[in-house]
Amino acid sequence: MSRPGTIGWFARHEARLAWRDWFSLMTGGHRRRACVLVLGFIAFALFMHGLAYLMLGSAANLAGRADARTLVIITGTLVMSWSLMLSQALESVTRAFYARGDLELILTSPAAAARLFAVRIAAMAVTIVVMALVLTAPFINILVWFGGSRWLCAYAAAAALAMDAVSIAVVITAGLFRTIGPGRTRAMSQILAAVIGAGFAIGVQFAAILSYGTLAWAVPVAAADRAVSRWTVLARLAPDSDSVILWPARAVMGDPLALTALLGLSIAGLATVILLFAPRFGQIALAAGGAPIVTTRRGRQKSRFRTASPARALRRKEWTLLLRDPWLMSQTLMQLLYLLPAAFLLWRELNGGGGASALLVPVLIVASGQLGGGLAWLAVSGEDAPDLIASAPVPAIYVLRAKTEAVLGGVAVIFAPFVAVLAILAPFAAVVAIGGILIAAGAATAIQHWFRTQARRSLFRRRQTSSRVATFAEALSSTGWAGTGALAATGSWLAIVPGIVVLGIVAGAWMISPERGPSPI
Amino acid sequence: MPRSPRPGVTQAKPPALEVRGLVKRFDRPVVDGLDLRVAAGEFYTLLGPNGAGKTTTLRMVTGLLKPDDGSISIFGIDALADPIGARRIMAWVSDEPMIYEKLTPMEFLGFVAGLWAVDVDLTEARAHDLLLLLGLAPHADERCERLSKGMRQKVALAGALVHEPRLIILDEPFTGLDAGSSRVVKEVLRERVQAGCSVIMTTHILEVAERMADRIGVMANGALIAAGTLDELRHQAGSGHVSLEDAFLALVARDAATV
Repeated sequence: MSRPGTIGWFARHEARLAWRDWFSLMTGGHRRRACVLVLGFIAFALFMHGLAYLMLGSAANLAGRADARTLVIITGTLVMSWSLMLSQALESVTRAFYARGDLELILTSPAAAARLFAVRIAAMAVTIVVMALVLTAPFINILVWFGGSRWLCAYAAAAALAMDAVSIAVVITAGLFRTIGPGRTRAMSQILAAVIGAGFAIGVQFAAILSYGTLAWAVPVAAADRAVSRWTVLARLAPDSDSVILWPARAVMGDPLALTALLGLSIAGLATVILLFAPRFGQIALAAGGAPIVTTRRGRQKSRFRTASPARALRRKEWTLLLRDPWLMSQTLMQLLYLLPAAFLLWRELNGGGGASALLVPVLIVASGQLGGGLAWLAVSGEDAPDLIASAPVPAIYVLRAKTEAVLGGVAVIFAPFVAVLAILAPFAAVVAIGGILIAAGAATAIQHWFRTQARRSLFRRRQTSSRVATFAEALSSTGWAGTGALAATGSWLAIVPGIVVLGIVAGAWMISPERGPSPI
Repeated sequence: MPRSPRPGVTQAKPPALEVRGLVKRFDRPVVDGLDLRVAAGEFYTLLGPNGAGKTTTLRMVTGLLKPDDGSISIFGIDALADPIGARRIMAWVSDEPMIYEKLTPMEFLGFVAGLWAVDVDLTEARAHDLLLLLGLAPHADERCERLSKGMRQKVALAGALVHEPRLIILDEPFTGLDAGSSRVVKEVLRERVQAGCSVIMTTHILEVAERMADRIGVMANGALIAAGTLDELRHQAGSGHVSLEDAFLALVARDAATV
């Protein structure tokens, strides 16, 4: 047992809290779900190994040679993975800065707070390292199986990159804190995290579109040879194979010098960041807690009453609350970043490209389902004043209708430009898209209503964990409607088949939902 | 000193609230056959130890909880059969302010006015008056996220008053309010009662009940164990209990002894 106040003691305390938080998040507080969780992990591991086998099994040529093309492929993969690590690390650091939790207790205690904050930064690194290893392990294992034990070095390289991500995330967040102040850092760093997380994947899709002129990203990237071809284009722009930039890739392939350098630099970097920032962490967190929350417009503006029916008041309220919360806006609209390649493709089509417009239909439908689900969660479960709404002289069904209109209105505004351009290129596909967008968003809204659980809007990121059935139903519904739309856009009567299946899924969700009818929200 | 019922308070009008045989069970009965009557134009304070069932009772009255049994009537309207009709003339303020962080107080009042579908021209002037009265006028166009807890509580109260309800139900309205704000809220509530409005309020601050209430009800274990004016409560508690605190503690202790 460590002595109270020491780094070991704080580490044990943090580990216990982290474990309980994670376990609660995974099991929803039900211990009996632990068995399901273990089985779920086993199934996930098997699935990921299968996926890794499909992607890398035929890429035996990757196993031996450290030529320029192989190094570029690995570097590209590392950059993509690292952008996700950095995104996650930025999220973790921002959350740590802005979570008051036990801050006042710690800072008013005689314990050395810097030790705790050192442990917290290290804990973030451990979390990101574990996450990185869990996600990369199946791919590394397959490479070890096919290419030999030297690929085990990839584990160490992944851990080193995760440490780098945390170090850089701490520096970026603290830098933002100094430059733009605590009021704006939260929103800015979370937006940055999301953009970094999505940015590289989107960039790859742009490259795919430029290379092939089609929406290759609409199909899972399953074939390694296709990936290799794509990276060959980039290999022409790549530095020499001896370049330091390619050292992480060399480290992954088992080059002892590169691996030692990468690990050494990463550990040293993280240690430096801990030494520099742990003593300031408390002050930053305290300032963050006391900072006014950022608002979209500065200064005062005269509010005016407007003639409003209850429905209009409810719709306006939903839109105003969303528009005034940059963090929620970013979280809700982030998935629309994935529409950028679609917009790019539309632009190409308008300039004389060829015939891939109908491929946009499923993309738009999936995105509208996801956006509709998010907005519906905010409107229904994220209602900040449920008692006020419930005690108003407005029937519950009326409230539900107004909120649904608010959600569908938001979806319509966002998707209208895409559909308008699509209508010029392929009118029939546009009609199918309009139907699909409305149905997918409506179904997602209905599912959110059936499985509503009251929660603070700030817990938006955790909405998927409040009801896994709702999450799966929403995802299946969106993808199912997308499939239906894809077939319908080609004029195939086969679209009826997935349509009926999705209707069955939505009906099944309704059947097992906690409540089968409208009630006070 | 508690005020005696005003001349305007008569039993001939339908009561502001009439509850009969109200029952709500969770894992145990929280409200157990409660009978309660509050006259029109009356300031009624509901007291009771923690877990007595006060908030649950009020949440059932406002339609936020469905009772397992019993009846609720608001000014003669059956609140279970016609909840919308009952809500139209009622307002609820909980101990936790129910406001939207990203709206300004003025926008919040506009939203509430929209929900109650009241005349906008009248309501806007009324909203200005209320914010002025509650000392919120300088913050009328600031977002609620920047307001203190006490200010938010006052915004919530303004929201409850902006549609001019005939019955105001408040759960611990003085929680988190400073002395000055408490006084303002008390004055606002008193003015409303003078204007004919009925107020039902729970509180743990016995001095407030002593000074403001026309009648006081004491709940324990889900039932009303005593009700009346302060003098009547003293009488029910037995001789020697001068203050409301003494009478309240004696009544609760007696009930605990009989359970």
